[in-house]
Amino acid sequence: MTDIRHHIPEPMLAAYAAGTLPRAFELVIAAHISLCDECRAGLEAHEILGGALLDDTPCADLSEGLADRVMGLLDAPCAVREAPRRKGIYPGPVAEAMRNGAPRWKKLGMGVRQDILFHDKDGSARLLYIPPGAAVPDHGHRGTELTLVLQGAFNDETGYFGVGDLEVADEELEHTPTAAPGDPCICLAATDAPLRFGPLIPRLLQPVFRI
Amino acid sequence: MLSDGDIVLERLETRKWAPVTDPAPALSQQTEWILAVRDARDKVAFARLFAHFAPRLKAFVMKGGLGSGQAEEVVQDVMLTLWNKAHMFDPGRAQVSAWVYQIARNRQIDMQRRENRPVPEELAEAPDPDPDASAALALEQETDRLRRALASLRPEQREMIQKAYLGELTHQEIQAQTGLPLGTIKSRIRLGLERLRHELKHIRQT
Repeated sequence: MTDIRHHIPEPMLAAYAAGTLPRAFELVIAAHISLCDECRAGLEAHEILGGALLDDTPCADLSEGLADRVMGLLDAPCAVREAPRRKGIYPGPVAEAMRNGAPRWKKLGMGVRQDILFHDKDGSARLLYIPPGAAVPDHGHRGTELTLVLQGAFNDETGYFGVGDLEVADEELEHTPTAAPGDPCICLAATDAPLRFGPLIPRLLQPVFRI
Repeated sequence: MLSDGDIVLERLETRKWAPVTDPAPALSQQTEWILAVRDARDKVAFARLFAHFAPRLKAFVMKGGLGSGQAEEVVQDVMLTLWNKAHMFDPGRAQVSAWVYQIARNRQIDMQRRENRPVPEELAEAPDPDPDASAALALEQETDRLRRALASLRPEQREMIQKAYLGELTHQEIQAQTGLPLGTIKSRIRLGLERLRHELKHIRQT
Protein backbone atom coordinates (compact mmCIF):
# COMPACT_ATOMS: atom_id res chain seq x y z
CA MET A 1 0.00 0.00 0.00
CA THR A 2 2.92 2.31 0.68
CA ASP A 3 4.55 1.30 -2.61
CA ILE A 4 2.19 3.29 -4.79
CA ARG A 5 4.20 5.81 -6.79
CA HIS A 6 1.81 6.98 -9.47
CA HIS A 7 -1.10 8.95 -8.04
CA ILE A 8 -4.19 10.86 -9.15
CA PRO A 9 -3.34 14.28 -10.64
CA GLU A 10 -4.63 17.05 -8.37
CA PRO A 11 -7.13 18.62 -10.83
CA MET A 12 -8.66 15.20 -11.42
CA LEU A 13 -9.04 14.68 -7.67
CA ALA A 14 -10.76 18.06 -7.38
CA ALA A 15 -13.01 17.17 -10.32
CA TYR A 16 -13.95 13.88 -8.65
CA ALA A 17 -14.85 15.80 -5.46
CA ALA A 18 -16.92 18.25 -7.53
CA GLY A 19 -18.58 15.47 -9.50
CA THR A 20 -17.60 16.48 -13.03
CA LEU A 21 -15.70 13.39 -14.19
CA PRO A 22 -17.27 10.85 -16.54
CA ARG A 23 -18.47 7.70 -14.80
CA ALA A 24 -15.65 5.55 -16.25
CA PHE A 25 -13.02 7.88 -14.71
CA GLU A 26 -14.92 8.00 -11.41
CA LEU A 27 -14.65 4.23 -11.26
CA VAL A 28 -10.85 4.33 -11.65
CA ILE A 29 -10.47 7.20 -9.17
CA ALA A 30 -12.70 5.48 -6.58
CA ALA A 31 -10.73 2.24 -7.07
CA HIS A 32 -7.35 3.97 -6.66
CA ILE A 33 -8.53 5.79 -3.51
CA SER A 34 -9.67 2.45 -2.10
CA LEU A 35 -5.98 1.39 -2.36
CA CYS A 36 -4.21 4.67 -1.60
CA ASP A 37 -4.42 6.67 1.64
CA GLU A 38 -2.40 9.50 0.13
CA CYS A 39 -5.10 10.21 -2.46
CA ARG A 40 -7.91 9.49 0.03
CA ALA A 41 -6.49 12.26 2.22
CA GLY A 42 -6.22 14.47 -0.87
CA LEU A 43 -9.86 13.88 -1.78
CA GLU A 44 -11.03 14.56 1.78
CA ALA A 45 -9.04 17.83 1.73
CA HIS A 46 -10.88 18.89 -1.45
CA GLU A 47 -14.15 18.00 0.23
CA ILE A 48 -13.25 20.25 3.15
CA LEU A 49 -12.79 23.10 0.67
CA GLY A 50 -16.13 22.23 -0.95
CA GLY A 51 -17.69 22.20 2.52
CA ALA A 52 -16.19 25.61 3.38
CA LEU A 53 -17.76 27.06 0.22
CA LEU A 54 -21.09 25.42 1.06
CA ASP A 55 -20.92 26.85 4.58
CA ASP A 56 -20.44 30.33 3.12
CA THR A 57 -23.45 30.15 0.81
CA PRO A 58 -26.25 32.59 1.66
CA CYS A 59 -29.37 30.73 2.85
CA ALA A 60 -32.33 29.90 0.63
CA ASP A 61 -35.88 29.77 2.01
CA LEU A 62 -37.13 26.29 2.77
CA SER A 63 -40.69 25.11 2.20
CA GLU A 64 -42.66 25.23 5.38
CA GLY A 65 -43.04 21.53 6.08
CA LEU A 66 -39.50 20.39 5.19
CA ALA A 67 -37.91 20.50 8.63
CA ASP A 68 -40.85 18.70 10.26
CA ARG A 69 -40.91 16.11 7.51
CA VAL A 70 -37.22 15.32 7.91
CA MET A 71 -37.44 15.26 11.73
CA GLY A 72 -40.42 12.90 11.39
CA LEU A 73 -38.39 10.52 9.24
CA LEU A 74 -35.50 10.08 11.69
CA ASP A 75 -36.96 6.97 13.27
CA ALA A 76 -38.19 5.49 10.00
CA PRO A 77 -36.09 2.76 8.46
CA CYS A 78 -33.81 4.33 5.89
CA ALA A 79 -31.99 2.59 3.08
CA VAL A 80 -28.52 4.09 3.31
CA ARG A 81 -26.30 2.97 0.51
CA GLU A 82 -23.62 0.58 1.75
CA ALA A 83 -20.04 1.39 0.80
CA PRO A 84 -18.75 -1.14 -1.74
CA ARG A 85 -16.59 -3.98 -0.45
CA ARG A 86 -13.39 -5.41 -1.87
CA LYS A 87 -13.48 -8.81 -3.51
CA GLY A 88 -10.06 -10.45 -3.82
CA ILE A 89 -7.87 -8.22 -5.95
CA TYR A 90 -10.85 -6.10 -6.99
CA PRO A 91 -11.37 -2.89 -5.00
CA GLY A 92 -14.96 -2.32 -3.79
CA PRO A 93 -16.13 -0.04 -6.61
CA VAL A 94 -14.77 -2.46 -9.24
CA ALA A 95 -16.44 -5.44 -7.52
CA GLU A 96 -19.66 -3.40 -7.56
CA ALA A 97 -19.27 -2.62 -11.28
CA MET A 98 -18.79 -6.36 -11.95
CA ARG A 99 -22.08 -6.87 -10.09
CA ASN A 100 -19.92 -8.67 -7.53
CA GLY A 101 -19.36 -11.62 -9.82
CA ALA A 102 -16.14 -12.77 -11.44
CA PRO A 103 -14.84 -11.01 -14.57
CA ARG A 104 -16.37 -12.31 -17.78
CA TRP A 105 -13.20 -12.46 -19.86
CA LYS A 106 -13.35 -12.31 -23.64
CA LYS A 107 -10.26 -13.35 -25.58
CA LEU A 108 -8.55 -10.68 -27.61
CA GLY A 109 -5.68 -12.82 -28.96
CA MET A 110 -2.06 -13.32 -27.82
CA GLY A 111 -3.41 -14.42 -24.43
CA VAL A 112 -4.81 -10.95 -23.73
CA ARG A 113 -8.40 -10.81 -22.44
CA GLN A 114 -10.84 -8.07 -21.56
CA ASP A 115 -14.12 -7.56 -19.78
CA ILE A 116 -15.98 -4.38 -20.70
CA LEU A 117 -17.64 -3.22 -17.49
CA PHE A 118 -19.67 -0.50 -19.14
CA HIS A 119 -19.55 2.03 -21.94
CA ASP A 120 -21.62 5.03 -22.81
CA LYS A 121 -21.28 8.27 -24.73
CA ASP A 122 -18.93 9.67 -22.08
CA GLY A 123 -16.45 6.80 -22.17
CA SER A 124 -15.85 3.21 -21.19
CA ALA A 125 -14.31 1.10 -18.44
CA ARG A 126 -12.85 -2.37 -18.86
CA LEU A 127 -10.69 -4.92 -17.14
CA LEU A 128 -7.64 -6.11 -19.05
CA TYR A 129 -5.77 -9.37 -18.48
CA ILE A 130 -2.24 -9.47 -19.89
CA PRO A 131 -0.08 -12.61 -19.50
CA PRO A 132 3.40 -12.04 -18.06
CA GLY A 133 5.78 -10.74 -20.71
CA ALA A 134 2.99 -10.03 -23.23
CA ALA A 135 2.61 -6.61 -24.78
CA VAL A 136 -0.51 -4.66 -25.58
CA PRO A 137 0.35 -3.55 -29.15
CA ASP A 138 1.38 0.02 -29.62
CA HIS A 139 -1.76 2.02 -29.39
CA GLY A 140 -2.81 5.59 -29.51
CA HIS A 141 -6.26 6.43 -28.21
CA ARG A 142 -8.76 9.17 -28.50
CA GLY A 143 -9.17 11.24 -25.40
CA THR A 144 -7.52 10.45 -22.07
CA GLU A 145 -6.92 6.92 -20.85
CA LEU A 146 -6.55 5.95 -17.19
CA THR A 147 -5.03 2.59 -16.29
CA LEU A 148 -4.92 1.24 -12.73
CA VAL A 149 -2.97 -1.93 -11.93
CA LEU A 150 -4.89 -4.44 -9.78
CA GLN A 151 -2.51 -7.41 -10.03
CA GLY A 152 1.01 -7.89 -11.38
CA ALA A 153 2.73 -4.97 -13.06
CA PHE A 154 3.48 -3.44 -16.44
CA ASN A 155 6.18 -1.30 -17.98
CA ASP A 156 5.85 1.18 -20.76
CA GLU A 157 7.78 4.12 -22.20
CA THR A 158 6.85 6.24 -19.17
CA GLY A 159 7.84 3.87 -16.35
CA TYR A 160 6.99 0.92 -14.11
CA PHE A 161 3.45 0.48 -12.79
CA GLY A 162 2.72 -1.93 -9.93
CA VAL A 163 -0.44 -2.67 -7.93
CA GLY A 164 -2.29 0.55 -7.11
CA ASP A 165 -0.32 2.66 -9.58
CA LEU A 166 -2.34 4.85 -11.91
CA GLU A 167 -1.20 5.81 -15.39
CA VAL A 168 -2.78 8.86 -16.99
CA ALA A 169 -2.15 8.83 -20.75
CA ASP A 170 -3.33 11.63 -22.97
CA GLU A 171 -4.05 11.45 -26.66
CA GLU A 172 -0.44 12.15 -27.67
CA LEU A 173 1.07 9.21 -25.80
CA GLU A 174 1.85 6.26 -28.08
CA HIS A 175 2.81 3.55 -25.64
CA THR A 176 3.35 -0.20 -25.52
CA PRO A 177 2.48 -1.50 -22.06
CA THR A 178 4.24 -4.83 -21.45
CA ALA A 179 3.29 -7.05 -18.51
CA ALA A 180 6.14 -7.71 -16.09
CA PRO A 181 7.23 -11.29 -15.31
CA GLY A 182 5.35 -13.01 -12.48
CA ASP A 183 1.58 -12.90 -12.09
CA PRO A 184 -0.55 -11.99 -15.09
CA CYS A 185 -1.18 -8.25 -15.11
CA ILE A 186 -4.80 -7.30 -14.45
CA CYS A 187 -5.69 -3.65 -14.99
CA LEU A 188 -8.72 -1.44 -14.85
CA ALA A 189 -8.65 0.86 -17.88
CA ALA A 190 -10.97 3.74 -18.71
CA THR A 191 -11.22 6.25 -21.53
CA ASP A 192 -13.38 9.32 -21.93
CA ALA A 193 -13.90 8.67 -25.65
CA PRO A 194 -16.71 6.41 -26.83
CA LEU A 195 -15.83 2.96 -28.11
CA ARG A 196 -15.39 2.79 -31.85
CA PHE A 197 -17.69 -0.19 -32.13
CA GLY A 198 -20.56 -1.35 -30.01
CA PRO A 199 -20.44 -4.79 -28.46
CA LEU A 200 -22.91 -6.25 -30.95
CA ILE A 201 -20.70 -5.87 -34.02
CA PRO A 202 -19.31 -9.32 -34.92
CA ARG A 203 -15.89 -9.78 -33.41
CA LEU A 204 -14.17 -10.31 -36.77
CA LEU A 205 -15.06 -6.80 -37.79
CA GLN A 206 -13.54 -5.26 -34.72
CA PRO A 207 -9.95 -4.23 -34.45
CA VAL A 208 -8.00 -6.62 -32.24
CA PHE A 209 -8.14 -4.18 -29.38
CA ARG A 210 -11.00 -1.86 -28.78
CA ILE A 211 -8.70 0.53 -27.02
CA MET B 1 -9.30 16.66 63.71
CA LEU B 2 -7.44 15.95 60.51
CA SER B 3 -3.96 14.57 60.56
CA ASP B 4 -1.32 15.91 58.21
CA GLY B 5 -1.62 12.79 56.11
CA ASP B 6 -5.32 13.42 55.42
CA ILE B 7 -4.64 16.94 54.27
CA VAL B 8 -2.03 15.76 51.84
CA LEU B 9 -4.42 13.17 50.50
CA GLU B 10 -7.20 15.74 50.15
CA ARG B 11 -4.90 18.10 48.29
CA LEU B 12 -3.84 15.37 45.92
CA GLU B 13 -7.46 14.52 45.22
CA THR B 14 -8.31 18.14 44.64
CA ARG B 15 -5.52 18.40 42.17
CA LYS B 16 -6.58 15.22 40.43
CA TRP B 17 -10.19 16.29 39.98
CA ALA B 18 -9.67 19.95 39.30
CA PRO B 19 -10.91 20.91 35.83
CA VAL B 20 -8.08 21.01 33.34
CA THR B 21 -7.71 24.53 32.05
CA ASP B 22 -7.30 24.18 28.33
CA PRO B 23 -6.05 27.24 26.47
CA ALA B 24 -6.84 25.61 23.10
CA PRO B 25 -10.01 26.72 21.31
CA ALA B 26 -13.06 24.52 21.65
CA LEU B 27 -14.53 22.42 18.88
CA SER B 28 -16.94 24.24 16.58
CA GLN B 29 -20.65 24.02 17.31
CA GLN B 30 -21.25 21.99 14.18
CA THR B 31 -18.74 19.38 15.34
CA GLU B 32 -20.27 19.31 18.82
CA TRP B 33 -23.71 18.77 17.28
CA ILE B 34 -22.67 15.91 15.02
CA LEU B 35 -20.83 14.23 17.91
CA ALA B 36 -24.00 14.51 20.01
CA VAL B 37 -25.91 12.90 17.14
CA ARG B 38 -23.25 10.23 16.73
CA ASP B 39 -22.84 9.34 20.39
CA ALA B 40 -26.29 10.05 21.85
CA ARG B 41 -28.67 10.13 18.82
CA ASP B 42 -29.48 13.66 20.00
CA LYS B 43 -32.42 14.99 17.96
CA VAL B 44 -32.09 18.53 19.28
CA ALA B 45 -28.52 18.61 18.04
CA PHE B 46 -29.70 17.21 14.71
CA ALA B 47 -32.38 19.91 14.45
CA ARG B 48 -29.61 22.50 14.90
CA LEU B 49 -27.54 20.88 12.16
CA PHE B 50 -30.60 20.93 9.94
CA ALA B 51 -31.30 24.60 10.69
CA HIS B 52 -27.72 25.47 9.81
CA PHE B 53 -27.15 23.33 6.74
CA ALA B 54 -30.51 22.81 5.03
CA PRO B 55 -30.99 26.43 3.80
CA ARG B 56 -27.35 26.69 2.71
CA LEU B 57 -27.38 23.32 0.99
CA LYS B 58 -30.58 24.18 -0.85
CA ALA B 59 -29.03 27.41 -2.15
CA PHE B 60 -25.82 25.58 -3.03
CA VAL B 61 -27.46 22.86 -5.13
CA MET B 62 -29.76 25.42 -6.77
CA LYS B 63 -26.64 27.28 -7.90
CA GLY B 64 -25.65 24.01 -9.51
CA GLY B 65 -28.83 24.20 -11.59
CA LEU B 66 -31.52 22.31 -9.67
CA GLY B 67 -35.05 23.65 -9.24
CA SER B 68 -36.43 24.35 -5.77
CA GLY B 69 -38.38 21.09 -5.50
CA GLN B 70 -35.50 18.86 -6.56
CA ALA B 71 -33.11 20.83 -4.37
CA GLU B 72 -35.29 20.10 -1.33
CA GLU B 73 -35.34 16.44 -2.28
CA VAL B 74 -31.54 16.49 -2.18
CA VAL B 75 -31.60 18.37 1.14
CA GLN B 76 -33.94 15.79 2.68
CA ASP B 77 -31.87 12.82 1.46
CA VAL B 78 -28.57 14.37 2.52
CA MET B 79 -29.77 15.30 6.00
CA LEU B 80 -31.26 11.83 6.56
CA THR B 81 -28.01 10.25 5.37
CA LEU B 82 -26.13 12.45 7.83
CA TRP B 83 -28.36 11.18 10.65
CA ASN B 84 -28.04 7.55 9.58
CA LYS B 85 -24.30 7.55 8.93
CA ALA B 86 -23.28 9.71 11.88
CA HIS B 87 -21.61 6.69 13.53
CA MET B 88 -18.94 6.93 10.80
CA PHE B 89 -18.05 10.54 11.56
CA ASP B 90 -14.42 11.08 12.58
CA PRO B 91 -13.70 14.69 13.63
CA GLY B 92 -9.97 14.14 13.17
CA ARG B 93 -10.51 13.53 9.47
CA ALA B 94 -13.57 15.47 8.41
CA GLN B 95 -15.70 18.53 8.99
CA VAL B 96 -19.50 18.29 8.96
CA SER B 97 -19.69 20.74 6.07
CA ALA B 98 -17.31 18.54 4.05
CA TRP B 99 -19.49 15.54 4.75
CA VAL B 100 -22.63 17.39 3.70
CA TYR B 101 -20.86 18.55 0.53
CA GLN B 102 -19.72 15.03 -0.35
CA ILE B 103 -23.04 13.33 0.39
CA ALA B 104 -24.86 16.00 -1.66
CA ARG B 105 -22.52 15.53 -4.65
CA ASN B 106 -23.03 11.76 -4.59
CA ARG B 107 -26.79 12.13 -4.29
CA GLN B 108 -27.02 14.63 -7.15
CA ILE B 109 -25.01 12.40 -9.46
CA ASP B 110 -27.05 9.32 -8.55
CA MET B 111 -30.20 11.30 -9.39
CA GLN B 112 -28.84 12.56 -12.71
CA ARG B 113 -27.56 9.18 -13.87
CA ARG B 114 -30.22 7.08 -12.21
CA GLU B 115 -27.56 4.73 -10.96
CA ASN B 116 -25.03 4.64 -8.15
CA ARG B 117 -21.95 6.76 -8.59
CA PRO B 118 -18.68 4.82 -8.14
CA VAL B 119 -17.40 5.64 -4.63
CA PRO B 120 -14.34 4.38 -2.71
CA GLU B 121 -14.44 1.68 -0.07
CA GLU B 122 -14.88 2.94 3.47
CA LEU B 123 -12.03 2.41 5.86
CA ALA B 124 -13.70 1.08 8.96
CA GLU B 125 -17.03 0.22 10.47
CA ALA B 126 -16.72 3.09 12.92
CA PRO B 127 -14.05 5.48 14.13
CA ASP B 128 -12.60 5.37 17.61
CA PRO B 129 -15.43 6.58 19.90
CA ASP B 130 -12.86 8.29 22.10
CA PRO B 131 -10.66 10.02 19.56
CA ASP B 132 -7.68 12.16 20.12
CA ALA B 133 -9.34 15.55 20.69
CA SER B 134 -6.21 17.38 19.64
CA ALA B 135 -6.49 15.87 16.15
CA ALA B 136 -10.02 17.23 15.79
CA LEU B 137 -8.93 20.66 17.03
CA ALA B 138 -5.94 20.71 14.72
CA LEU B 139 -8.15 19.97 11.72
CA GLU B 140 -10.56 22.72 12.74
CA GLN B 141 -7.74 25.22 13.02
CA GLU B 142 -6.54 24.31 9.55
CA THR B 143 -10.07 24.65 8.22
CA ASP B 144 -10.27 28.12 9.79
CA ARG B 145 -7.05 29.02 8.01
CA LEU B 146 -8.59 27.79 4.77
CA ARG B 147 -11.71 29.93 5.32
CA ARG B 148 -9.57 33.00 5.94
CA ALA B 149 -7.53 32.26 2.83
CA LEU B 150 -10.75 31.87 0.82
CA ALA B 151 -12.06 35.17 2.16
CA SER B 152 -8.86 36.96 1.16
CA LEU B 153 -8.98 35.86 -2.48
CA ARG B 154 -9.68 38.35 -5.21
CA PRO B 155 -13.34 38.12 -6.33
CA GLU B 156 -12.48 36.56 -9.71
CA GLN B 157 -10.23 33.93 -8.07
CA ARG B 158 -12.94 33.12 -5.61
CA GLU B 159 -15.45 32.80 -8.40
CA MET B 160 -13.23 30.29 -10.21
CA ILE B 161 -12.89 28.20 -7.05
CA GLN B 162 -16.62 28.33 -6.52
CA LYS B 163 -17.27 27.25 -10.10
CA ALA B 164 -14.83 24.36 -9.76
CA TYR B 165 -16.41 23.00 -6.59
CA LEU B 166 -19.96 23.57 -7.79
CA GLY B 167 -19.12 21.26 -10.67
CA GLU B 168 -19.04 23.83 -13.45
CA LEU B 169 -15.49 23.12 -14.63
CA THR B 170 -13.98 20.02 -16.23
CA HIS B 171 -10.80 18.52 -14.81
CA GLN B 172 -8.92 20.07 -17.73
CA GLU B 173 -10.22 23.50 -16.72
CA ILE B 174 -9.44 23.17 -13.01
CA GLN B 175 -6.20 24.81 -12.00
CA ALA B 176 -4.12 22.66 -9.69
CA GLN B 177 -2.56 25.61 -7.92
CA THR B 178 -5.21 27.49 -6.01
CA GLY B 179 -2.85 29.03 -3.48
CA LEU B 180 -5.13 27.68 -0.74
CA PRO B 181 -3.63 25.75 2.20
CA LEU B 182 -5.00 22.36 1.11
CA GLY B 183 -1.62 20.66 1.58
CA THR B 184 -1.61 21.18 5.34
CA ILE B 185 -5.18 19.92 5.64
CA LYS B 186 -4.21 16.87 3.63
CA SER B 187 -1.29 16.19 6.00
CA ARG B 188 -3.68 16.35 8.99
CA ILE B 189 -6.10 13.93 7.35
CA ARG B 190 -3.20 11.67 6.41
CA LEU B 191 -2.23 11.49 10.09
CA GLY B 192 -5.83 10.65 10.97
CA LEU B 193 -5.82 7.84 8.42
CA GLU B 194 -2.56 6.45 9.77
CA ARG B 195 -4.01 6.46 13.28
CA LEU B 196 -7.10 4.64 12.03
CA ARG B 197 -5.04 2.06 10.14
CA HIS B 198 -3.02 1.48 13.27
CA GLU B 199 -6.18 0.94 15.35
CA LEU B 200 -7.63 -1.40 12.75
CA LYS B 201 -4.47 -3.47 12.74
CA HIS B 202 -4.61 -3.61 16.51
CA ILE B 203 -8.26 -4.71 16.46
CA ARG B 204 -7.48 -7.46 13.95
CA GLN B 205 -4.62 -8.75 16.06
CA THR B 206 -6.61 -9.00 19.29
